[in-house]
Amino acid sequence: MARTLDGLPIGEEARVVDVHGEDAIAIRLMEMGLVEGALVRRMGQAPMGDPIEYALHGSRLILRVVEANRVEIDG
Amino acid sequence: MPSIPSDESGSSVANLTIALVGNPNTGKSSLFNALCGMNARVGNFPGVTVEKKLGSYRDGLGEVTVIDLPGTYSLSARSADELVSVDILLSRLPDAPKLDGVVVIVDAANIERNLYLFSQVRDLGIPVLLVLNMWDRLQEEGVTIDHVQLQSKLGIPIVVTSANKRKGIEALRQAIRDWKRSPSPAPLSLFPSPFIDECEKLSRWVVEQGGSQMPPFLAERTLLDVGGASETFLSKQVGAEVGPYLTEARSRLKEAGCRVPAIETKLRYGWIRELLDGVVVRSQQTKLTTSDRIDRLFTHRAWGVAIFLVLMFFIFQSIFVGDKVIGRPFGLSDEGLFGGLIGMAQSGLGSLVESILPPGPLQSLLVDGVIAGAGGIFVFVPQIALLFFFIAILEDCGYMARVAFLMDKLMTKLGLSGRSFLPLLSSFACAVPGIMATRVIENRRDRMVTILVAPLMSCSARVPVYVLMVSAFLPEKYWLGHWISLHAIILFAMQILGAIVAIPVAWILKRWLFPGQTPPFVMELPAYKWPSWRVVFQRVWERISSFVGRAGSLILVTSILVWAACYFPSDHTRAIEIKSQIERLAEEPSKNEEELAKLHQSLHEENSRLIEASFLGSCGKIIAPVVRPLGWDWRIGVSVIASFPAREVIIATLGTIYSLGGDVSEEDAGLKGTLQAATWPDGSPLFTIPVALSIMVFFALCAQCAATLMVIWRETNSWRWPIFTFVYMTTLAYFGAMLVYQTGTLFLGR
Repeated sequence: MARTLDGLPIGEEARVVDVHGEDAIAIRLMEMGLVEGALVRRMGQAPMGDPIEYALHGSRLILRVVEANRVEIDG
Repeated sequence: MPSIPSDESGSSVANLTIALVGNPNTGKSSLFNALCGMNARVGNFPGVTVEKKLGSYRDGLGEVTVIDLPGTYSLSARSADELVSVDILLSRLPDAPKLDGVVVIVDAANIERNLYLFSQVRDLGIPVLLVLNMWDRLQEEGVTIDHVQLQSKLGIPIVVTSANKRKGIEALRQAIRDWKRSPSPAPLSLFPSPFIDECEKLSRWVVEQGGSQMPPFLAERTLLDVGGASETFLSKQVGAEVGPYLTEARSRLKEAGCRVPAIETKLRYGWIRELLDGVVVRSQQTKLTTSDRIDRLFTHRAWGVAIFLVLMFFIFQSIFVGDKVIGRPFGLSDEGLFGGLIGMAQSGLGSLVESILPPGPLQSLLVDGVIAGAGGIFVFVPQIALLFFFIAILEDCGYMARVAFLMDKLMTKLGLSGRSFLPLLSSFACAVPGIMATRVIENRRDRMVTILVAPLMSCSARVPVYVLMVSAFLPEKYWLGHWISLHAIILFAMQILGAIVAIPVAWILKRWLFPGQTPPFVMELPAYKWPSWRVVFQRVWERISSFVGRAGSLILVTSILVWAACYFPSDHTRAIEIKSQIERLAEEPSKNEEELAKLHQSLHEENSRLIEASFLGSCGKIIAPVVRPLGWDWRIGVSVIASFPAREVIIATLGTIYSLGGDVSEEDAGLKGTLQAATWPDGSPLFTIPVALSIMVFFALCAQCAATLMVIWRETNSWRWPIFTFVYMTTLAYFGAMLVYQTGTLFLGR
């Protein structure tokens, strides 16, 4: 099983390998900069564990777990 | 090239029209404000819910009109609403002016992501100007940008601004003038030749099928946006063959190594990476910004939630009682400062009209129709002002995104997203500002469902109805000493009934009316900043004026129509006679006390007779069999219909119809006594416990509020939704009330 973004521990970084799917969610994830090679770090999560906050370039993105699960990362 | 003097205006000025586009949270509103000041008009584009915001300013050469497009991350349009922005940029809308150029505003600290939209705008083939905003924040973020090098690499003008501090605005105005003289930049041409070929092929195919010639940009979008708005648009024009054609075209592209939709983001972000190489330097050690440190507290699992609850409670409380708190120093703690002023203005104007005009239809129209109706509009102003004051602050400082972040998990259980939380919470005070607040919801489906269930939340206008029914007809019982009271339990149940019903309603609406996949939630947590007071006050002003102006006029019309239905076709001569008699005797009230009391009583009886003889009274008699299963007689039916402009009106109508006069309140002992004494023709009591409960349930679920319906019309830009809301809520209310009455009589007897 390839690693996905929702499994990234807090404070750790990884590079995006691919985004699964061709629907609106996949398009939005890619538009927001989650493209191959982008460096992402997990910053934290909401009190109920979902959504999750990530740092990407200068921005802080929040993704639901099901969305982060679409993003394949290296390592 | 300077423009030719316009013939129509006769002035030799060069007028320009530009569009302002950018990602959300880039300070676009601040920039728009800094350019145009308060000189903005807000409206809707026809047929869609997109807000049309136009502003203008004058410089030495003429007038510059600025179209502020909604903040977006991309021009890839998934709905008709999003396609509007593309159509404006391509000057394809019939009633929108032709654009001279586009100003793209980006958050400098976040330039990598922001340039994605810029690269799409570049491909439109119209003059573009790039604004690097929030320049003052770069240092704190540990970023340096060589904007001179960037400008020479891009070959288009760049202006550096800090819009919230009003820095760089003059330079931007100058650049807008100068850039007119420079030619449009060539498109970026990032796409490989197989893709370009496929676009041309699509354009040719569309023309062969009888469609119109499409701009190259739209052909690109149609291929790239799988199931997007341009595809939908095209299938309407050409027919159902579009779907299979595009599927084939996309699989041809995939074979050629251009996988749709990934190819676009891959190429554009590749271009951005190359462009910014050597231009942007990020310091590696400053990983945690001030904003991150604030978030450690504000999104903390315990502290964050506590802060959130306190904040929400404060905002909610302020919509509820804010006006009254402000009114306290002026001795207006009951009506509120604004509410009190409206009341005074209403009674002042009313007496003025009564002193000028003789009693008759015209006087009654002005006093009971127009002045009362206008009062019914302005009562919402304090709530709208207070809610949007807080919302604008929360939005501008960046906390609003944290609300969505903290509440998302909970709201997904209702099939909505975290963004729906605040609009729904506000609706517990009043649905009018709550529905207006749904503009923070980016997704159309979520926004529509939120708008449609918001009126179910129990608002403050329902409280008087509940209080009257509970205190007049339900026995008070206490348990555990005085800790638990039956009245309090019933009131609480009524308060939460709507919210509970809203859960299945939201699910059904999502499933049947707005089917489709779950929309993307993916959003940004913008860095915290101090709110700009200009932006805050402008937003409050915009909301108030759009409510009073557009929705307000229709609320007024509704009030007048209901007034007319109550007034005509009865003969008012006797009532007028009694009134003038009262006036005459009232000059010496001490002498004629007894006489006056008698006259007042006969006036009230006459008014009750008049309403019975009116159109509304006849309506009530016609619907009597319909409301019979709810335990109501025709008088309750009439009172409910008359309360269409606003729920609380039922109390005044009940007062009138039971010959007490319209000036009664829910605490009025006389009203309670009269209602308790009311009977059916056979002498059995009318208001029993099941009837009281059925009226309360009806009011908990019904849509008897013209203001809410008009605001739904205003926000959805369609008559379909207010009508739908009215129908579904009235149906729910009717069957809910029937269920309660029927089961109630079963257990308690009539």
